[in-house]
Amino acid sequence: MNSRNNVILKGIAAASGITIGNAFIFSKEKEEISQESIENVGEAIKNLEEALALSKKELKKVFGLAIDKLGEKRASIFEAQMMILDDPILLGNLKNRIKEEKKLPEYIVDDEISKYIHLMNEAHEMYMKERSLDIEDIKNRIIRNLKKKKWKSKISADVIVVTPTISPSDTVLFTKANVKGYVTDFGGLTSHAAIVARSLNIPAVLGVNEATSIIKDGDILIVDGFHGDVIINPDEEKILFYKNKINELNLYDEKLFKLRNKPASTIDGKEICLRANLDLTKEIDLIFRNNPKGIGLVRTEQLFEEYEAFPDEEEQFEVYNSIAQKIYPENVTVRAFDIGGDKVLPVDLHEPNPFLGWRGIRLLLDNRHLFKAQIRAVLRASQNKNIKFMAPMVTSIEEIIETKELIEECKKELKKEKKSFDNDMHFGIMIEIPAAAILTSSFAREVDFISIGTNDLIQYLLAVDRGNEIVSKLYQEFHPAVIRMLAYIIKEGKANDCKVSLCGEMGGDPLAVPLLIGLGLEILSVSPSIVPLIKSIIRKIKYKDALLLADKCLTYTTEKEIINELNLFYNSIIEN
Amino acid sequence: MIEKKVKIINNAGLHTRPAATIVKLAGKYKSEFFIHKDGFNINGKSIIGVMTIAAAKGSELTLTFDGPDEEEASKELLDYFQRGFDEL
Repeated sequence: MNSRNNVILKGIAAASGITIGNAFIFSKEKEEISQESIENVGEAIKNLEEALALSKKELKKVFGLAIDKLGEKRASIFEAQMMILDDPILLGNLKNRIKEEKKLPEYIVDDEISKYIHLMNEAHEMYMKERSLDIEDIKNRIIRNLKKKKWKSKISADVIVVTPTISPSDTVLFTKANVKGYVTDFGGLTSHAAIVARSLNIPAVLGVNEATSIIKDGDILIVDGFHGDVIINPDEEKILFYKNKINELNLYDEKLFKLRNKPASTIDGKEICLRANLDLTKEIDLIFRNNPKGIGLVRTEQLFEEYEAFPDEEEQFEVYNSIAQKIYPENVTVRAFDIGGDKVLPVDLHEPNPFLGWRGIRLLLDNRHLFKAQIRAVLRASQNKNIKFMAPMVTSIEEIIETKELIEECKKELKKEKKSFDNDMHFGIMIEIPAAAILTSSFAREVDFISIGTNDLIQYLLAVDRGNEIVSKLYQEFHPAVIRMLAYIIKEGKANDCKVSLCGEMGGDPLAVPLLIGLGLEILSVSPSIVPLIKSIIRKIKYKDALLLADKCLTYTTEKEIINELNLFYNSIIEN
Repeated sequence: MIEKKVKIINNAGLHTRPAATIVKLAGKYKSEFFIHKDGFNINGKSIIGVMTIAAAKGSELTLTFDGPDEEEASKELLDYFQRGFDEL
């Protein structure tokens, strides 16, 4: 009898649902370079060439954006790294050694490039040690890409992924493979992993300390995403218990599904426009199943992960156009690439503080070609007049004006090219930085709509890094300052005839929904999988009670009081 | 075969940008091109090789060229070294 059997590990319940399956340990750091011998030299060389090509694409993607900002030194390092991937002498040596030694390419790459690294480290000059780190970088990139292929073949549809942490690019890998659940060592409710798991309806328990060291490959796991429990090698009794629970959940889902064609209106007739967020193009089917009033947010940065290189105007046009056609006659709001922070690219730029750095509209306005290609693609997809466009991370009027000028420029170009588009396409901005929140009335006069991004707004308002576990407890969704700021944004926006919506994770929190409606919010965009649940809650609320609830919460000075009040309210509507 | 001695004369020495330029220039010619320093013979058409050379201002290197267009190759590369990698 194994001592791990029936052990329950505790973590953060990050995406609801229950699943039973086999563990697949996905741990990049722990995987060592294999010295395994190979039979098929031709295949090994093909794998090496593919990994080199992929590495080149990645480098271009990262540095293509930043090249003007990097300064000469970093730019020349980038150029040298690109040249290394084409170095005739190095590639010749690698291929010869694979043929002669018949070892895996990852071993040969590691061994051969390390020789150069040792030479550099032997030099006395400090800059040579720095240089060796750059070579180490490119070596690791090639090896990572060699292994990616191996991983891909190992991940199959029925596994539960157990991993230290999930990066945006890993999610693409897992999503394509249709995995059953996620368990991670690190990460919280608003981490990228949690957002993606929730939107795809995949149960996830995150922040389980040492999950990857306790759980072994192939263990049977029960993941309870409601309570944050992970059970290792459960006995028959437990399996039966959870299988029954899964059946009950399916019945409950079916019950919610019956609300599909009913409006999201309160008991006393206040209609709320309930929309869905779209993270991955894959979710579109889930969106239709749950029949929301349109798509309130398309997070386009995910396209960067789905495509290996920058998606060009044509590729983007196809994606946006197909979404717009599918959702017609409802609307879809496309948000411009929000690259930066914890999202997608500039991890490779080594910004000391990426959340306060080069992200969102800042990066876009510095990369006009990229931004214009996106604007043109969105405009072209707007011919049926059901697309809106939105800019992320706005802090100033200048950014709004510049973006509007770019949109006008694109319209002129398209007119010349005789391409059709919606000349009145609505343009809006995200309110996710306190500065923007304070300037809501000024911004509202410049745009057609505003959308509140609660995840970033809360972290910037409270000065808490949501990914930092030491302070993550201070990340309070219901902090009185957050509630009062939301009230202010909604009031100021509406006073200036500007549509106000909310598209952060908060909108999908059942506890928050009555409060948000009471604060005057009429448009809500949430994860597609949670649309039926949120609709069922809205249909149980009395609007006039929600107004009273909001008034009360605005008087409190601690999060605890607010949560108490919300719990009371929630329990009272559930009982009825 | 042509053999030439050169001295590094720019302040920053043989850093990454000139290393990349040297390899690009050498790549235009059919002739073999080697850089010799402190007992190491580095193939001048390999960027990763050239990057292992630590050559500060004042260092001396020997360049060898061997092949059908060695004259032209030596001329262009020698000139680039003597211009201090265009950083004077």
